[in-house]
Parts: sequence; structure tokens; C-alpha cells
Amino acid sequence: MSNNNNDGASAVTSAGTVHSEAGHGSLVVEDLQAWYGRFRAVANLSLTITPRAVTAIIGPSGCGKSTFLRCINRMHEVARGARAAGKVLLDGDDVYAPDADPVQVRRHIGMVFQKPNPFPMMSVYDNVVAGLKLAGVKNRAMLDEVAERSLRRAALWDEVNDKLNNSGAALSGGQQQRLCIARALAMEPQVLLMDEPCSALDPVATSKIEDLIRELRQNYTIVIVTHNMQQAARVSDHTAFLLLDEDRAGRLVEYGPTSQLFTNPQDRRTEDYITGRFG
Amino acid sequence: MSRPAASAPPMRAAFVQPPRPSPFNRNASSGSARSRYLVDGVMRGLIVSAAAAGVFLLLVILLYVVVRGLPALNLDFFTQRPLPYGEVGGGVAPALLGTLEMLTVASLLGVPIGIGTAIYLSEYGRGPFASIVRFVVDLIAGLPSIVVGVFVWALMVRHVVGNYNGLAGSVALAIIMIPIVTRTVEEMLRLVPDTYREAALGLGLPRWKTIMAVVLPTARAGLITGVVLSMARAGGETAPLLLTALGNQFFSADLLAPMAALPVQIYNYAVAPYDDWHTKAWGSALVLILVISLLSLATRLSTRNTLGER
Ligand SMILES: Nc1ncnc2c1ncn2[C@@H]1O[C@H](COP(=O)(O)OP(=O)(O)OP(=O)(O)O)[C@@H](O)[C@H]1O
Ligand SMILES: [Mg+2]
Repeated sequence: MSNNNNDGASAVTSAGTVHSEAGHGSLVVEDLQAWYGRFRAVANLSLTITPRAVTAIIGPSGCGKSTFLRCINRMHEVARGARAAGKVLLDGDDVYAPDADPVQVRRHIGMVFQKPNPFPMMSVYDNVVAGLKLAGVKNRAMLDEVAERSLRRAALWDEVNDKLNNSGAALSGGQQQRLCIARALAMEPQVLLMDEPCSALDPVATSKIEDLIRELRQNYTIVIVTHNMQQAARVSDHTAFLLLDEDRAGRLVEYGPTSQLFTNPQDRRTEDYITGRFG
Repeated sequence: MSRPAASAPPMRAAFVQPPRPSPFNRNASSGSARSRYLVDGVMRGLIVSAAAAGVFLLLVILLYVVVRGLPALNLDFFTQRPLPYGEVGGGVAPALLGTLEMLTVASLLGVPIGIGTAIYLSEYGRGPFASIVRFVVDLIAGLPSIVVGVFVWALMVRHVVGNYNGLAGSVALAIIMIPIVTRTVEEMLRLVPDTYREAALGLGLPRWKTIMAVVLPTARAGLITGVVLSMARAGGETAPLLLTALGNQFFSADLLAPMAALPVQIYNYAVAPYDDWHTKAWGSALVLILVISLLSLATRLSTRNTLGER
């Protein structure tokens, strides 16, 4: 796919520059709402996510960050009683269009979860190519190539190339998380969603993942939920701040270039939150 | 928790460091600590004796069956058919084959239905229909096996086939197996963390593939336990077989004819008034135990996870 050949162009992107390239994972969220049963967790959220850049979602616990993230690739509706409304346009195509297949949507918008979750009954190799293999790809040479490329992109190849046949669950936590990233990358998504990918990791593993995120943003649109504001400042180009409103639904308070949001927040509540004065 | 000893003198010469009693000292003179150790000891004793009693009972039964059954075991016992009433000699070969055949057919019928029902209940089952299914499964699990036997007799022996037959026996055993498989497997599938399902769905796998490729393999050990448990249970059933497969003194692999089975054979040998036949009943019981142990072993080995062996 087109992910390989554009490194030069997007590498020079500085924080805050908005791309206009189409077809490279631009996301436009329009008036998104999400419910769990009758409880509305996300209310009227609209924002435009820059392609090939890292967008961080921050906000206090329970404000709907994960819910919002899972709405983007239609994982939200997997939960019992969960429902979403609104539009999420990936390169102009609405993932919530009546004829859109959530399975296809998820192949274009990959996801990495909070807890590393490699498939425990599969080897490292099988974990990486699980998505392709189960989608019917049988060509061994191709699978080998994808496995190596994905592991290299996830900065894991050097550590696991001699244990490809070992269980994926036998790696360290940080390696497991990078394995999960490799597994998502193997599907060649345009967008990578990450829900607190470092919260279960130690500082060394965390900084490896952060390096990786900075690396990956050259080729992928990344949306990352994080509780760690330093992390948001370190890795992201744009930051969205969510907060609960009066009826306990999450709302977008402020969205802008990360440097601006952290140094010169426009909204009083953002300032309170990032300076730790938040009640 | 232990408190620091209250009697410690508050002041001491700075350079003299007497051995300070550990605040976690288990011999602390506090009365509450002593009674805590006592209760702990008593509880531990009770639990250990309960476990020991269970193991002891099991060992006694096993040992007794081995001691009484071993004299019956010889080549004839495994290769010959039972002799006419009262005669000394003969074996249980037809019963051995019949049990294996009926268990196989019953597993082919019951295991897919049981696992399918379990998948439905654990992965899809919501709303009133799932409640009904769960209720029915529990109901069947609670049915006395003789009732299952009577039902299959009325249906298959009286009507569909017209005589006692091995297929009816297999169906009866399958009905007994289904709720056991369903309940065990459902529990095991529920133990598979949702994070694995999410990981697979997040890769763009359809639901059914997620279940087949990720959920079931992850619960593999549990599935096997469920299947083995149900086979062990069905393999020992006697009452429903008396009403369906009936038993047979002769070799017969015909599913539509009466078929011998080990539990039925045990019953027939045991109720006869001959010592030799009683020994044969013990021998058959021993063989039944062996068959079921071998079956579980074979199931476990044949589905063993090959990961990480290289
Ligand atoms: N499966 C669920 N069923 C019902 N309510 C849910 C479910 N998951 C989340 N919620 C509710 O939705 C709201 C938003 O949850 P969400 O997980 O999106 O918050 P979050 O911002 O990711 O929080 P955290 O930072 O703690 O991860 C919360 O009030 C939560 O209780
Ligand atoms: Mg969350």
C-alpha cells in the first residue's frame, strides 16, 4: 500500500501543520455521539484529525476518551447495548454509512489496546500475521515478508527474530505491546488507534513505544489516548481535551496544536486540567 | 495486623542497640495473634483433611476394583465373548467394542451440539431465547438418566427402529453428554478475557472467525476437560443403555441391532450367582476405568498444543 513510499514528504511535517493530502488516513468526525444503553458517554463531538500526525486525546477518567476512540473504528458497538450516531469520515468515506461493513472499517483503522493482548495460543510469527492468515492469505513467502516488515516497523524484529516460533505470551510486557502494534501494522491500516498503550509498561518500555509512535507517524495517522500529559506533549502534534459536561456526557473542550494547547490554552478548563488544578 | 510491642521502653542509650523484636514476630505475646494462629491452624487442618478424605476414598475404590478385578484379566477376557449363563471363562470383548462404538457415535452427536450451544450461550446468547436455552440445558442436566433412557426407548426403540439398538444407546448417551459439555465449555469460554476477542475484532476479523481462531483455541484445555468429563460420565451409564442398546452376548458392530456395553456387562455379571462371574464383573469395572482413562489421555494428547516445543 501507499504507506511505504511517502516517508520524505511527511517526515518534514512540523507539529501543527495540517496536511491536505487525501487518501492517507484523514479523519473527520462530525457530531459523533455514543451511548451505553441509555447512558450517553460522548456528546456531539466534532473534530478533524490530521493525516500522518499524532493526535492525543486527554481528559479526566471517565470522560469518554476510550469510547470516542472505539467509535472511530466501530469497536464501540461490540460492547453490550452500545450504540453510536454521527459521522466518521475516513478519507471522505463515512464508516457509519448504512452500507459500511464494520469488519472492513477495522481493517483500515487498526487498534492497539491498553493491556498488551497477543493471542496466547499463537507464536510470535502467527500473532503478527494472524489478521492476514485468517483473512485467507496463504502465500507463505508473502506472510514471511509481512511478518518481518511489520516487526521491523514495530522496532521488535531485532529482539524476536530468533524466537518467532515461541509463544507471543512469553515476551516481556513492552515487547508484547510492540507485538500488538506489529500485528495491527500487518493489516496495512491507514489509521492506528491506541488506547493508553503504555499504561501497563515501565518507563524504558514506554520510551521505546513513544519512539516508535514518533517513527510511525511518518506513515500512519495515529490517535492516542493517554493519561500522561508529558507523554501527550512528547509524542503528539495535536491534542484534544475532553471533559464531562453537566449531564455526564463527554464533550470536546479544546482541540489544537499540542504546543499551543499546553503553553497557551484557550479554555479555562483546559488550563486547570493541564496545570493539575482540575477538581 | 501486628502492632509494635507496646511494652518497648521509650528511651535507650543511643549506642546500645539491643536486638529489637521484629514487629512481625510470630511469637508476639499478644493474645489476638495467638488465637489467629490457632484459627489458622484449625482451618488449615480441616481443609487438608477434607482433601485427604477425598483422595483416600478414591484410592480405596480404585485399589479395591484393581484387587478384585485383576484376577479376571487375561487375554481371553479381552478377546472372547461372554459365555452362556453359568459357564466359566469367556470375556467382555463385545462389550468393550460396543462401549467404544457407542461412545464414539455419542461424542460425534453430542460434542458438536454441546460446544455449539456453549458458543451460542457465551458469545451470542442474550435476551429471552438464550434464557430458554440455558433453562433447557439445566433441565436436561438434572434429568435422571433412566428418564433419558425411557424417552429414547419410546422414540427410537418402539418407533423409529423397532427393536433395541446401539444407535438408540448412542443417542441416549449423547443426550446425557450435551448438558455436561455445554455447561463446562460455556464456563471455559467465559473465562477467555474479552481483550482477546477485541484484539481479533480490531484486526478486522468477523465474529465467527474470532470465535473459531481465537476464543476456542484459547479455551482449548477447558474444551477438552468438558468433552472428557462428558465421555467419562456417559461411558459409565447403565440404566439408559438397558432400555436402548439392551446388551448383546455376541459380537455386533451394527448400530441398528442390540449392542453390548461394559456397564451393562458389569450389571449382568454382577447379578449372576456365580463367583467366576462376580470376578468378571470386577474385571469389567477395571476395564471400564481403564477405557475412560485411556480416552481422556488420548483426547489430551491428540489435541496437545504444539506451541513452543521447537
Ligand atoms: N461497557 C460499558 N458499559 C457501560 N458503560 C460504560 C462502558 N464502558 C464505559 N462506560 C461508561 O462510559 C463513560 C466513558 O467511559 P470511557 O471508558 O470512555 O472513559 P475514559 O475517558 O476512557 O476513562 P479512563 O481514562 O478511565 O480510561 C464512563 O462513565 C463509563 O462508566
Ligand atoms: Mg479509557
